[in-house]
Amino acid sequence: MTELLVGTKKGLFALRGAPDETFEIAARAFAGEPVEYATRDPRSGRYFASVTSAFYGPRVWVTDDPGGDWQEAEGIALPEGGDVALKRIWTIVPGQENELLYAGGDPGVLFESRDGGLTWELNEPFWEQPTRSSWEPGAGGMCLHSIATWPGDPSRLALAISAVGVWLSDDGGGTWRHGNEGLVPRYVPEETREGTLALCVHNLHRAPTRPERLFMQFHGGVYRSDNAGETWIDIGSESGLPSDFGFPLVIDPKDPDSAYVIPLVADMDRATPEGRVRVYETRDAGATWTARGDGLPAEDAYLTILRQAFDREGSGPGMGLYFGATSGDVFGSADAGATWFTAASKLPPVHSVRVA
Amino acid sequence: MAVVRLRAPLSELAGGRRELEVEGATVAEVLRALEREHPDVKGWILDERGVIREHINVFVNKEYGREETALGPEDRVHVLPAISGG
Repeated sequence: MTELLVGTKKGLFALRGAPDETFEIAARAFAGEPVEYATRDPRSGRYFASVTSAFYGPRVWVTDDPGGDWQEAEGIALPEGGDVALKRIWTIVPGQENELLYAGGDPGVLFESRDGGLTWELNEPFWEQPTRSSWEPGAGGMCLHSIATWPGDPSRLALAISAVGVWLSDDGGGTWRHGNEGLVPRYVPEETREGTLALCVHNLHRAPTRPERLFMQFHGGVYRSDNAGETWIDIGSESGLPSDFGFPLVIDPKDPDSAYVIPLVADMDRATPEGRVRVYETRDAGATWTARGDGLPAEDAYLTILRQAFDREGSGPGMGLYFGATSGDVFGSADAGATWFTAASKLPPVHSVRVA
Repeated sequence: MAVVRLRAPLSELAGGRRELEVEGATVAEVLRALEREHPDVKGWILDERGVIREHINVFVNKEYGREETALGPEDRVHVLPAISGG
């Protein structure tokens, strides 16, 4: 039995089912509210939901049972009396120490919890970055959406922000530096690219078995780093992708040469190319990409899959893959993308999908 | 003291009370005092800057109120979600 946490424009849906079946809605929480992201910490079993009320602002909620009562996490706010307010939490990620978690949000902020996610504190060194006043948001806001921990080493972190690039820390978040060399922002004039911070990363993941390797979906570009984010190599051009624009990215955690992306046409047409929904897989670190669409809509399907709406379960040939679209459809694969089934449909627009 | 009127879910966060007497000379002062008396309300009406959230409407008696709107002891402060959404 697989449990999916599907954050939607109108609430959180906990779906349960088995591969090749329609999943049932086991619970719905935060009815009517935009749920940006929901996840479960496998260490504690605790569930987290990021909810951004149109009226009452952003919060993180915690529970042991998604169908039961949720408790508001404390400390998810910016310093009082400033000129900036928190807009949204985009991701929540378990850290590499017991009860350590990270949360990333808009405007480009990182929170840390050391009690399993009940209370949070702002990462001050990142908040106080001297260039912050020059940072610019992407279309979805200045979202810190990706937090890549280093297995077994809590000192090493990589963050990604739209549109402020990659940030690296070697001391557990005490100091930060850029990790952007090799990224090409085609959306700014060539003469202004050198040294620009306007780097719109869409997604970033680390290969757990080879942690110096990272994969990135950029705003026009798919990249790989083999040196922990210091420099980046283009793996999206002339390698079999119909487009190098997209949002989500998933890797097989046991195969450091693997990555999955879901291309969209381009930034000016954020829909699946040619009306066909296809996931693309590489098993050679991005040298070649292969379409994986057997069972996915193959005609008249112009879907948008957002950056947090793709996840996996397990690894290897039996790895589960799940993604949701703003159409309200959720698709799954129980064979690492070889074949697909519809897990749910007619949900509200899907913001995020995570395997619980 | 001004009277603050709340609807759910704010009233639930304020101990289940839909109407409270709260000290303060302006809307912002009253809302901050409300947060001190009922900490669960903190952040729901005013953001970290002390600004009324974009899609919250505050009325003082029959008129729209802002943070700096002055209040007298007989004034009634209504806190309502705006007519917005999608």
